[in-house]
Amino acid sequence: MTFPNEYLGMPVKIGELDHENREFYRYCAKHDLHLQKCDECALLRYPATTACPFCASPDATWTSVEGKGTLYSYGEVHHAIQGAFRKHTPYMLLLVELDTQKGKPGEFDGIRLTSNLATSEGELAPPELVKQAGIGTRLKIVYKDVDENVSIPLFAIDEDAEQPEKPWRYAIE
Amino acid sequence: MGQKADIDASSEKYLRGKYAIVGVGETGYVRGSGRTTKALGTEAVRNAVQDAGLKPSDIDGMLSYSFNDSTFSPTVAGEIGIRPNFYMDVYGGGSSIEALIGIAIGVIEAGMCKTVAIYRAMNGFSQVRIGGTGGKGAVAPLSGESIFTRGYGLMSAGQMFCQSFMRHMYDYGTTPEQVAAVKAIHSEHASNNPKAYYNKRVSVEDVINSRMIVKPLHLLDCCVETDNGVAIIVTSIDRAKDCQHAPAVIQSVVGRCCKPRADMHYQSGPISTVAGHYGKEILWPNAGLGPEDVDVTGSYDAFTFTTMLQLEDYGFCKKGEGGDYVSNGTMRLGGARPNNTSGGHLCEGYTHGINMVIENVRQLRHDVDDFCPIGADGKRQHTYDYSEGGCRQVKNVEVTANLGWATPGQGSAMIMAKS
Repeated sequence: MTFPNEYLGMPVKIGELDHENREFYRYCAKHDLHLQKCDECALLRYPATTACPFCASPDATWTSVEGKGTLYSYGEVHHAIQGAFRKHTPYMLLLVELDTQKGKPGEFDGIRLTSNLATSEGELAPPELVKQAGIGTRLKIVYKDVDENVSIPLFAIDEDAEQPEKPWRYAIE
Repeated sequence: MGQKADIDASSEKYLRGKYAIVGVGETGYVRGSGRTTKALGTEAVRNAVQDAGLKPSDIDGMLSYSFNDSTFSPTVAGEIGIRPNFYMDVYGGGSSIEALIGIAIGVIEAGMCKTVAIYRAMNGFSQVRIGGTGGKGAVAPLSGESIFTRGYGLMSAGQMFCQSFMRHMYDYGTTPEQVAAVKAIHSEHASNNPKAYYNKRVSVEDVINSRMIVKPLHLLDCCVETDNGVAIIVTSIDRAKDCQHAPAVIQSVVGRCCKPRADMHYQSGPISTVAGHYGKEILWPNAGLGPEDVDVTGSYDAFTFTTMLQLEDYGFCKKGEGGDYVSNGTMRLGGARPNNTSGGHLCEGYTHGINMVIENVRQLRHDVDDFCPIGADGKRQHTYDYSEGGCRQVKNVEVTANLGWATPGQGSAMIMAKS
């Protein structure tokens, strides 16, 4: 398999010193979502950080996490400002709340991943698919490979999950 | 509410009423200034010093903020013969001004200097466009943290905040029309402001019918980008007595107050709640006042939504009722508590907050620069006729609030009172 080393025409390179992100995307390259789990307070966190946002411990263990969740909120970009995205409008800016650790540490907290809506093949969702997703839509993680060390995690509508009858969408289509 | 701050973040109350804004200065709010940020900053500071009735040699402290798109204090100081005993240039945009006013009070109190000029100079349209298309940020390689931002087409302010805005609609049933009223009302105010870049009135329908940028933001939900310099002068209340105008007395300041996870605000709590939820616990106790005591607000309008979210979380209405508050006429000129009477960032011009402070200073002086005639005594004869091309002075302004926005997770605020 050959890799493009770029994503949507944008070169991808994670710095040698950026240990946390290198590790996160290395697991993504294996299509196996891992998050840091704090060795002290046992809470998972995203994005990758050097210490625990909840207890400040520097010690964590990369832990496999199921890539399933619910669309918590979204934006829908019709005017792209990056050239790479212009031919993909409208594209969806997702905030995906994972099932894992939902409602922790506080009642209204959760692990929320920024992402884009994609097809199950990891291509940015076409307009007709964008119209199907809304707050409450059940999503599953998919990947777009960049190189042997990096894949971009994206989310697709989970066809196997029970979906809300009508996910919540902005009032004006 | 996630990790609610359980510390007492309020300062001692000794400085309430001890400092004031004594001078305000602006260039025009334009597109295509044809000048450097040095020239814009110099003109703004010079105008503010003059407005205060001071000389450049009376200014011995300087503060500025920018996104590395401006000219630093020592250069502007040199242009007009200010010799600073203190200066600092900080990184940041919205929410900086209220925070810097607090810092100015602190450095004067510490004996480091006596009178501070604070400015923002930017060619926000013709050089560095904050929300703009292109630029080096749009084409740079993806690396580390930029993979989960620019890699997802998540780069501009609108793209970063849209999920918080959308979630407010989901959580509370806020409608596009309610939020669009912010622009419609600010455009009414701007139509009575000779300086405003956009001075034509627009309707709620105009906003809804403008093209979609990033849902839920239409073009007219987003602020204007302009070139301008703006400045204010802060000094002690004792020195303020020697100045030209009645001082706008500072009662309370909140500076860059954050939600938990200031880095990643959407990781914590309901994202439809913003930093003002925490800021209000500092703002009101330190001022010794509450929202009900405020006559005019300046709630930062980078977007229509930011005005609403902050008014709501600082307690001007119940949580979730911001949509009603911003659309029921309360914040219109002639209403109970007008907001951004200059037209704000949506209409007057984009300065990262200072022009909203300047407007409230003028409201407190009872000297807003609208279309009313100037009398024989040289003072403007306000008519309180708020129809297009008329007055924008609010009657009997005693107390104003500025609510500054950086992100959903970060904000500043300030209460000022008439002397």
